[in-house]
Amino acid sequence: MHTTDYLIAGSSHAALEAINAIRMHDGEGSITVVTRDPHRPYSPTVLPYVVSGRSTPERVYLRDDAFFTLNKVDYRSGCALAGLDPAAHQARLADGSTIGYRKLLLATGASPVVPPISGIDRVDYHVLRTLDDATRLRAAMAGSKNAVVLGAGLVGMHAAENLVKAGASVTIVEMSKQLTSGYFDEVAAGMIEQAFLGNGAKIRTGHRVVGLEPGPKGATLQLDNGDTIPADLLLVAVGVRPELGYLDGSGVATERGILVDDSMRTSVEDVWAAGDCAQARGFFTGTPVMNAILPDATVQGRIAGMAMAGDPGIKPYPGGVPLNTYHFFGRHAISVGSAAVPEGGRAQVRFDAASGRYLRAVFDRDERLTGIFGVNEFFDAGVMAQLILRRTDLGPLRERFFAQPLATGRELMSQLWR
Amino acid sequence: MGQAYSTIAFDPAKCDGCGKCMTACASVKFDSTDTTRSLIQIVRSGGASIEPPRPGEFELALCRQCADPKCATVCPAGALGKNGATGVIDWDASKCVDCLLCTIGCTYAGIALDEHSGRVSKCDTCEGKPACVPACPTGALRHVTTARIYNEVGSWEDLFAPGLAGCQGCNTELLMRHALRRVGPDTVLATPPGCVPGMGSVGFNGTTGTKVPVFHPLLTNTAAMLAGVKRQYERVGRKVTAMAIAGDGGASDVGFQSLSGAAERGERILFMVVDNEGYMNTGMQRSSCTPYGAWTSTTPVGEHTRGKSQDAKNLPMIMINHRCEYVATASTAYMEDLYDKLDKALAASERGFAYLHVYSPCTTGWRFQSALNIEVARKAVESNFVTLWEYTPESGLHFTRPVDKPLPVTDYLEAMGRFRHLSPEQVEHIQKKVTENLRFVRKIAEQADEQ
Ligand SMILES: Cc1cc2nc3c(=O)[nH]c(=O)nc-3n(C[C@H](O)[C@H](O)[C@H](O)COP(=O)(O)OP(=O)(O)OC[C@H]3O[C@@H](n4cnc5c(N)ncnc54)[C@H](O)[C@@H]3O)c2cc1C
Ligand code: SF4
Ligand code: SF4
Repeated sequence: MHTTDYLIAGSSHAALEAINAIRMHDGEGSITVVTRDPHRPYSPTVLPYVVSGRSTPERVYLRDDAFFTLNKVDYRSGCALAGLDPAAHQARLADGSTIGYRKLLLATGASPVVPPISGIDRVDYHVLRTLDDATRLRAAMAGSKNAVVLGAGLVGMHAAENLVKAGASVTIVEMSKQLTSGYFDEVAAGMIEQAFLGNGAKIRTGHRVVGLEPGPKGATLQLDNGDTIPADLLLVAVGVRPELGYLDGSGVATERGILVDDSMRTSVEDVWAAGDCAQARGFFTGTPVMNAILPDATVQGRIAGMAMAGDPGIKPYPGGVPLNTYHFFGRHAISVGSAAVPEGGRAQVRFDAASGRYLRAVFDRDERLTGIFGVNEFFDAGVMAQLILRRTDLGPLRERFFAQPLATGRELMSQLWR
Repeated sequence: MGQAYSTIAFDPAKCDGCGKCMTACASVKFDSTDTTRSLIQIVRSGGASIEPPRPGEFELALCRQCADPKCATVCPAGALGKNGATGVIDWDASKCVDCLLCTIGCTYAGIALDEHSGRVSKCDTCEGKPACVPACPTGALRHVTTARIYNEVGSWEDLFAPGLAGCQGCNTELLMRHALRRVGPDTVLATPPGCVPGMGSVGFNGTTGTKVPVFHPLLTNTAAMLAGVKRQYERVGRKVTAMAIAGDGGASDVGFQSLSGAAERGERILFMVVDNEGYMNTGMQRSSCTPYGAWTSTTPVGEHTRGKSQDAKNLPMIMINHRCEYVATASTAYMEDLYDKLDKALAASERGFAYLHVYSPCTTGWRFQSALNIEVARKAVESNFVTLWEYTPESGLHFTRPVDKPLPVTDYLEAMGRFRHLSPEQVEHIQKKVTENLRFVRKIAEQADEQ
């Protein structure tokens, strides 16, 4: 049986950061990476650009073989974790073999949710999470005339824009009343909606798909109001969820994801989890949340790696803050923090129709920033996130901050974290 | 990921907000007069509104070329990464997909959206010659790079044993390790009595503290013995570097006759002096390199004496008068400069006598906190208390780190305890001496320029 000091399941952002963190402190301990994907590491976030042709599969890899050699990492692709025996410190792989480990990191990310719509098992549909998904979708897109995107989150919207630009007639179907809910507020979502409509996309918000039938070319969707929509290409992008079947019987506690503490430790000894598969403390709620975004996966991966290697420099996880950037039809939208107005706090909004600049900032009762959202209004999201995490009192600066978030944010940054 | 270091340092106390750096950057990078496109952004503190603005009211947003770049960590396209050779975080425009995630990762506003191009932009230090730095009229910007030191030196072998026993905060260990790394394993080392053998260069319990042959000559005969060893090697046809690491006492006082003799004969050796301005290892006695006014155990402060009553001997200037192949002064506060000089001294020692004089503050003997060694070394240079220059017979003397606006010498004197007792008259004497010394060295440098 192969044994290793550090076993890492997954090869994406959380895993790669963990490798860096381990090697920062422990130059010698053996590291083995097992990943389900057949490729070298890449980011799911880059996939819309593979679909659009902006990037190509050969250009998206985040590490080359030399990296693994240099860092003495045994990298095994096409090798999925299938079961876990924490008492014996052994992991079972999909091919039936076992690996013994001293410490284990679960960084297996999330997978697209496939909603239980009647007939879905009889039609051909696409999802977008892996490089192979992207290649398949790109090929299908070339011949598509009538495409339907199910779900108006960022993954769906990105793909919809690609399809529009590739010349297909596109319909976006979304259950909730608003596009990109959870990322952007009503006004911002309205601007996004206008941009899509202006470019010829059809939008059916507030509707759910109740049935799917194989059609002459692809599938026919049936909406809850009885409408039917033909689709020669169907993309399902209604959300993600970690696939945790490999934990069955292991005793590792899960809710919507793998529950972890502030050092990314699971309920079971010598097992850590980080990234989209983990459910860690939310910065605003204090309770375990799913915050499936790339920056958080890197932060969590780093902390997990440090904890596994016993690095004394470790700092506890500050809690997850939502962070998103989004480009659509030449415009950009940035969202940092929580959109909800905390008790006793307030939201400030400005909109300039001429330039299409929109800004919304949320402050708590102590004049601390809790969220900031802009369309076509650029500010440094990394600086804003720090202002939130550091619970910076903006007090007398609040008006100026709202008028000029870019300059004021930079001034505060330069003074506060020299 | 590489380890080189390259960054533009900002001194807010000097910045008066003129914005010339931004004009230079926008012009060089985008051929534009729009300073909002500049990759270096100076922002005025909002609370300050009195005109004209004063230094200290300006803040900076600029890529710091991080050692642990969060922009690169979050980039999904692999478009950002540290260039190990230059230390710069390179942005690959052809890989970038414009997702703006890097602006979330960076907490320094170092990479931002350029609204004109719709793409992110960040400082690339203009291929190692940043346009903003010379454009700054107040000297608030400085380009700092140690790319070469990290890339090359890191891979050379450390030829001293681990665990040498120096005083806390002493920079001599740093100096010894760096110097010997550079000079390399084909070296015979002489370390006469002083701090260097005191730290353990000559070893403990029958083993040496170095991984090269080392010997412990007398204070008086270091240069002579080393010259003899070198000649023997040359006679049997082996190429080795003969190097001495000596203290200022061993070189300037009792060892001076053998040093002067070897220099005069043009012996092919590299003589490095670690000048901590006294016999520190044996209990902090004065040497001829101890400066005027300094307390030592033999120039005490009491009723009759107020520290040393004579001025220091300028040993490196004396060495110039031997017309050595190479003479230079250096400081551990300026490692790039020190490395340059080590290279040249090493090459010169194959042709003749090479002399390197390194100013090395002593935490214990000079009385300052152990964390402040480099700070004290820097202030010595910035106040012109010592000057950094090099000399060869062909091109004469040149300053390698001229100081434009020297600090008052009191800034240096107040950084340590050995000058605490000074009367205003003594301080005045020292300031005068600094000026006189500088004028003297400058004259020689000017003559070199006239050639
Ligand atoms: C199309 C798309 C666009 C996105 N855009 C953005 C965006 O703009 N901004 C943003 O912040 N986030 C975005 N995301 C989300 C972001 O990509 C994820 O948050 C991030 O990739 C999470 O990293 P991770 O390491 O936790 O997991 P993942 O990136 O999901 O990687 C999981 C890894 O685990 C492996 N794996 C899975 N199961 C197993 C198993 N059983 N055994 C072994 N290995 C396994 C996989 O092969 C993979 O290597 C996007 C995602 C998608 C799909
Ligand atoms: S862009 Fe920001 S994170 Fe990246 S190297 Fe520069 S300062 Fe560091
Ligand atoms: S905008 Fe470009 S450089 Fe920045 S994270 Fe995205 S792909 Fe990387």
